[in-house]
Amino acid sequence: MTQNLTEIKLGPASDIPPGEGRVYQIEGERIAVFRTRAQEVYAVQAECPHKRGPLADGLVGGETVICPLHGWKFDLKTGQALFGDCGLKTYPVSVDEAQNVVLRRES
Amino acid sequence: MKTNKKKLVVIGNGMAGARTVEEILARGGADQFQITMFGEEPTGNYNRILLSNVLNGSYSEEDIFLNPLVWYEENNIRLLSGKRASGLLRRAKLAYGEDGVPEPYDKLIIATGSRAFVPPIEGVTMIDGSLKPGVFVFRTLEDCRNIAAWAKGKKTAAVIGGGLLGLEAARGLQNFGLDVHVVHNSGHLMQQQLDAGAGAILRSSMEALGLHVHLKKSTTTVIGPEHVLGLRFADGGTLECDMVIISAGIKANWEIAAGCGLQVERGIIVDDQMRCPDDPDIYAVGECAQHRGHMYGLVAPLWEQAKVLADHITGKNPSAEYTGSKVATKLKVMGVDVASMGLVEPQTPEDEVVQFSEPKRGTYKKLIIRDGRLVGGILLGDISKAAYLIQAFDRNTPLPEERLHLLFDIGDPPKQVTFAEMAANTQICNCNGVSKGAIAACVNAGKRSPKAVMDATRAGMGCGSCKAMVTELVEWACGGETEEDPSVHYYVPGVPLTKPELIRAIQQHNLKSVSAVFDVLAGGKEDAASKPGLASLLKTLWKGEYEDEKDARFINERVHANIQKDGTFSVVPQIPGGITSPEQLRRIAFVAEKYHVPLVKLTGGQRIDLLGIRKDDLPKVWHDLDMPSGYAYGKSYRTCKSCVGSDFCRFGLGDSIDLALKIENEFQGFDSPHKLKLATAGCPRNCSEAMVKDVGAVAVEGGKWEIYIGGAAGSSVRKGDVLCTVDSHEDVLKYMGRFIQYYRENAKYLERTHGFVGRLGIDRVRAVVVEDSEGIAERLDREIAESKAAYKDPWKDAWLPQNDRQFASLLPILQ
Repeated sequence: MTQNLTEIKLGPASDIPPGEGRVYQIEGERIAVFRTRAQEVYAVQAECPHKRGPLADGLVGGETVICPLHGWKFDLKTGQALFGDCGLKTYPVSVDEAQNVVLRRES
Repeated sequence: MKTNKKKLVVIGNGMAGARTVEEILARGGADQFQITMFGEEPTGNYNRILLSNVLNGSYSEEDIFLNPLVWYEENNIRLLSGKRASGLLRRAKLAYGEDGVPEPYDKLIIATGSRAFVPPIEGVTMIDGSLKPGVFVFRTLEDCRNIAAWAKGKKTAAVIGGGLLGLEAARGLQNFGLDVHVVHNSGHLMQQQLDAGAGAILRSSMEALGLHVHLKKSTTTVIGPEHVLGLRFADGGTLECDMVIISAGIKANWEIAAGCGLQVERGIIVDDQMRCPDDPDIYAVGECAQHRGHMYGLVAPLWEQAKVLADHITGKNPSAEYTGSKVATKLKVMGVDVASMGLVEPQTPEDEVVQFSEPKRGTYKKLIIRDGRLVGGILLGDISKAAYLIQAFDRNTPLPEERLHLLFDIGDPPKQVTFAEMAANTQICNCNGVSKGAIAACVNAGKRSPKAVMDATRAGMGCGSCKAMVTELVEWACGGETEEDPSVHYYVPGVPLTKPELIRAIQQHNLKSVSAVFDVLAGGKEDAASKPGLASLLKTLWKGEYEDEKDARFINERVHANIQKDGTFSVVPQIPGGITSPEQLRRIAFVAEKYHVPLVKLTGGQRIDLLGIRKDDLPKVWHDLDMPSGYAYGKSYRTCKSCVGSDFCRFGLGDSIDLALKIENEFQGFDSPHKLKLATAGCPRNCSEAMVKDVGAVAVEGGKWEIYIGGAAGSSVRKGDVLCTVDSHEDVLKYMGRFIQYYRENAKYLERTHGFVGRLGIDRVRAVVVEDSEGIAERLDREIAESKAAYKDPWKDAWLPQNDRQFASLLPILQ
């Protein structure tokens, strides 16, 4: 499975303020990347499955994000909804030695 | 199988026995005990209360089973069904079945319940002691079947006993097409639960349903040599009938206890741990037990007993105590609603009786009040106040002085249906579309506190106006046994401190940022939902010294605009008092065209809203507008609207425009627990709706201003309370400021002023704010002055380049 993933260097981690999220668009696919205050990075689909709220504008605490529109909560690590049953697509993401955010995505 | 577990034997597989075992299992009892149950009836355990519904055909037998046989298997319980326990050898710790096979025990629970009491009436039994054919008692499923079989093709039935069970049996018999007579030896029906007045009304209701009621009739003889032909009474009268059901009370099954020397009076004596005082290894529970002189025939006390017993026997809580139950019940007798609690008649001359009677409609209400607390009550026909009254009775809470409201909902919208009657698909939360059924299912799935249910279903998480109803519904679904979630007392759920504790800790540790609060006061554990509340409080406490962390703010406050459903934002510039100018309007028009603003709308706060602006454009829009932020997005002071006031209006008594401008200048940008919407009105016609604002000022004759606080006209509607009347704009500002600061320091996060003032009461707020009862007025004034000095228009420098990442909706990709 892993061989189908391509690495994409998104940009400096410092572009994302601590505790916030920002959106990147890759070939028409919008992905929200979050950098927590504990310096973890997570990447999930940009839109909330409930009513397409912009998750990158949500509140982040620990590994949870709260959608700014109607307060749906998701686990950033697993994509699992903390209520309701419609989860998020997640992407493997990390920070490389040059402090750039690197996302792996099916090509 | 060899096991180290102790042997627990339960005698009786009725509601008490099975419930007690359930409670023991819930406390991990399966690991401690090997459980064996004697059950005289050949089935699993069923809900005896619903027997009359089986008799009248509205339920099948299967419908009333509580624990089917497979439940016993799944829980490794040996059920000796169809086997009656006949004796105990306490010294050898053995319980014997009728077949003489001994069951050894380490701990024993007697839950033998009760049986129908058959009065000594001539001819009621045959020579062998069995009931005469056609005579029945009504206690078991088997009784039910026998009654139904006999009733076929018969014409007339008599029920001896006009208590609850007798009336239910009568109703059941009517469904077989029988003409039914209730023969009762007392002066009114259901004397356990009702007084004479209510009994008389109930009698009329019963007779309207076709039942014949005979009061003060004592039956002396059952006529008929082979089977029932009729009854003869003490007054010499007779009644022809084809069958008789005896429902003259119950008698505890205590024989097995008495047979081995345990102390027995009307029932088996137990202490506060439900133990027999003579033998620490034997417990008794339910209808067979007598506790502090009382015996209970209702399920609620039984549930309480079962819990204490289980707590004690499993060692989960060795100090658990049962101290008796207050008996309250709510039921339907032949379709008539009845609620009854405690006393039915006053007992001392000081007992206060509040009574209402409307026999024509079958309504009767009576309360007995002692020392301001409810000690008894009867509701017949209309039981809409039952839930409230039963709670007040049960918790012994002081009653309001206004007695009328105890009996009737006056002025309040009528509660049309009780939760039990409400359809499962009834929508409770209109914002998030959560039904009664969904909430009940959530409770059944193990969420036992209102907060847990709200988190899981999102009921009450929209506008919040249904929160009280959701809370009541959760209580109902839990059978009144909600668990309290301690976090409801915290200022925010993620930091386990109340607001005063939190403020003290913040000041003591000198915490000026949200991340510092999590680090020091929450063990480093961030909670997303708690962040905005903490940011708001820190700003209020530290003002200019507050270390702003953007991620702690809700997106609106991060970008100083209000997020819309499509992720765009709305921009509302400051227009205090609704006063603008042609120059301002031209600028707004220019911006609207330049940025292709899809919607320009006048707001309810007398301002102009530019909707549909992209996040990236926000700083440019502000720069071009060159007007300060109107804070239409914040949990903060929003705006102060005004009427025309004394400048042009022919009714104007005071200069409401000038006052509104001063108010805006004083409080602009203030963070607060929730939004603050203000207004000033130049006369009591209240055109600017100042009386229903969080804070409002209304000019009255004589150059004075009335200050209103705690008004609301959103998801809740409340007319504000008059805080005080003053005679200058300066004093309006002073008292408004004190109130706002007091609210900022003491309200829970997201508590509007109407909730805050309603919770504290206007008298208390006035005492602090106007009369300075706590000696803090000077400090409140100082805090307001400091907050005012720390005001900075957030739109001012936002367009500067160092902020560009803040408003970028999409970041560029490196590669």
